[in-house]
Amino acid sequence: MADLKERIARRCAKEFKDGDFINLGIGLPTQVANYLPEGVTVTLHSENGFAGLDAAAEPGKEDVDVINSGGAYVTTVDHVKFFDTATSFGLVRGGHVKATVLGAMEVAENGDLANWIVPGKKVAGMGGAMDLCAGCPEVIIVMLHTQKGAHKILKKCTLPLTAERCVSKIITEMGVMNVTPEGLVLTELHPDYSLDDIKAATGCELIVSPDLKAMEEE
Amino acid sequence: MINKFKTADEAVAGVKDGMTIMVGGFLGTGSPEIIMDALVRKGVKHLTVIGNDGGLPVGTYGAKTARGIGKLLEAGMVDHIIASHVGMNPLIGDGMIAGTLKCTLVPQGTLAEKIRAANYGLGGVLTPTGVGTPMQDELDELGRQKKVVEIEGKKYLFEMPLRADYAFCRASICDEFGNFRCDKATKNFNYVMAGAADHVIIAAEKVVGVGEVDPDTFEAPGVVVEAIVKGEPKWQI
Repeated sequence: MADLKERIARRCAKEFKDGDFINLGIGLPTQVANYLPEGVTVTLHSENGFAGLDAAAEPGKEDVDVINSGGAYVTTVDHVKFFDTATSFGLVRGGHVKATVLGAMEVAENGDLANWIVPGKKVAGMGGAMDLCAGCPEVIIVMLHTQKGAHKILKKCTLPLTAERCVSKIITEMGVMNVTPEGLVLTELHPDYSLDDIKAATGCELIVSPDLKAMEEE
Repeated sequence: MINKFKTADEAVAGVKDGMTIMVGGFLGTGSPEIIMDALVRKGVKHLTVIGNDGGLPVGTYGAKTARGIGKLLEAGMVDHIIASHVGMNPLIGDGMIAGTLKCTLVPQGTLAEKIRAANYGLGGVLTPTGVGTPMQDELDELGRQKKVVEIEGKKYLFEMPLRADYAFCRASICDEFGNFRCDKATKNFNYVMAGAADHVIIAAEKVVGVGEVDPDTFEAPGVVVEAIVKGEPKWQI
C-alpha cells in the first residue's frame, strides 16, 4: 500500500514545473513535495497564511508563530511571504494558486468532487477545501482507485459536494485520467493493470486516449 | 492622547450573556489568550463565537491548556460557533450531538470575506466558493436563505456581512495608539476582524511608544482599536 501511494505521489510530482505556486492537502498530497524532479522548485501555499511552506520543524526548534493549516509547527523557505486569511484566499479564488492536490472520497466523470463530509458521521468542517476547489485552475486528485474495491470514480457523486466540476486530473495507482467535456479520458495506464482491470475499477465510462501511454513511476 | 490601556478584566467587562464575539487565531495560533482567560473568569454565557475554528483542547501540539476559543468551549460558555473547521476540537462535535452547541460552518475564505465585508462597509460578497454544495442550500448563521447570482454565465453565492459586538485580536507588536502588526502566521483573521465589531480589543505581546518605531512597522490601523491589553505572552510549548 505504501508503495502504491508513493507511486501516486511520484507521478503527481511530474505535473509541476519550476516556479509553480501550489497547495498540497494533508496526507498523501503532502508527500508529492518529496518527489519533485531535479531542478523543479515550487512554492507551497499554506492557506492559514503564507506562501513558502517547507518541512516540519525539528522538535525543540519550533517557532510558535509558524504553523501549517493542520496546526503543526513547520519551517519556511527563504522567499516566504506571510499574509492574512483574506489575502490567502484572494490568492486562491483569484486563480493565483495554480493547482491544489487533494484526496477524495468520490469524484464524478464531470469533475464533481466530494471529500469533506459523510452524512451521519462527526462533522469536521470544510476548512479551506471548498475555496481551493472552486478557485484553483487545476484540482488534481491523488488517491487509491477504489475504496477496498468499492468505486470512488463515479458517474455522479452520492456524497455532498466540495465543489462542482472542479477536478481536472485524477492520479491513482492504476493510471492517470483527465476530466474533459467529453468525459473521463484515460491517458496513462500502469503496466501492472489491463484496460479491463481499470475499467472494472471505475464506476463511469472511461474513454481511452488514442495516445495512451504507460504510467511511469520515475 | 487617549489612553487605551486596560487590564484584560476591564477590557471584557462589557461582554454580556448572549453577545456575539469574534476571536482571531488559527487553531490557537494568533489568539489573544489573556482575553480568553479573562472571559472565562467573568463566566459570561450563551455566547455566539466567530472564529476560524474551535481552538485547541488541552494536549494538542504540546498545549498545556486549551487554546484560544477552546478555553471558552471548555468552560461551556458558547451556544453557537461560526467557523470553518471544527474537527480539531472534539468538544464541538460532542456539543452538537448533545444538542448544547449549534455550529454553522462557513468555508474559510468565505468566512474572511464575510467579516471583511462587515468591516469595510460592503453589503456582502459574491463568491464562487460553495456553489453546488450544501453551502448553497443550507441557511446562513442567522437563518437566512442564500441567493445564487449568475453573472456572465458564472454562478456565485451571495454571502452577507458578519459582524460582532466584540472583536478580540492578538498583536505581536503595537504602539500606544493601537496601530498593530501580527507576526508570521499569527495574522490569520486578526486584521479583518479589527473593525468588524462595535468594540475592538487587542492583546499585545509587545507595546512601544507612539513614534518610537517606523510607522510602517504596523499593518492594522489603531483608529479602530478601542482598548489595548498588555502582557499577551508568547505561546509556550
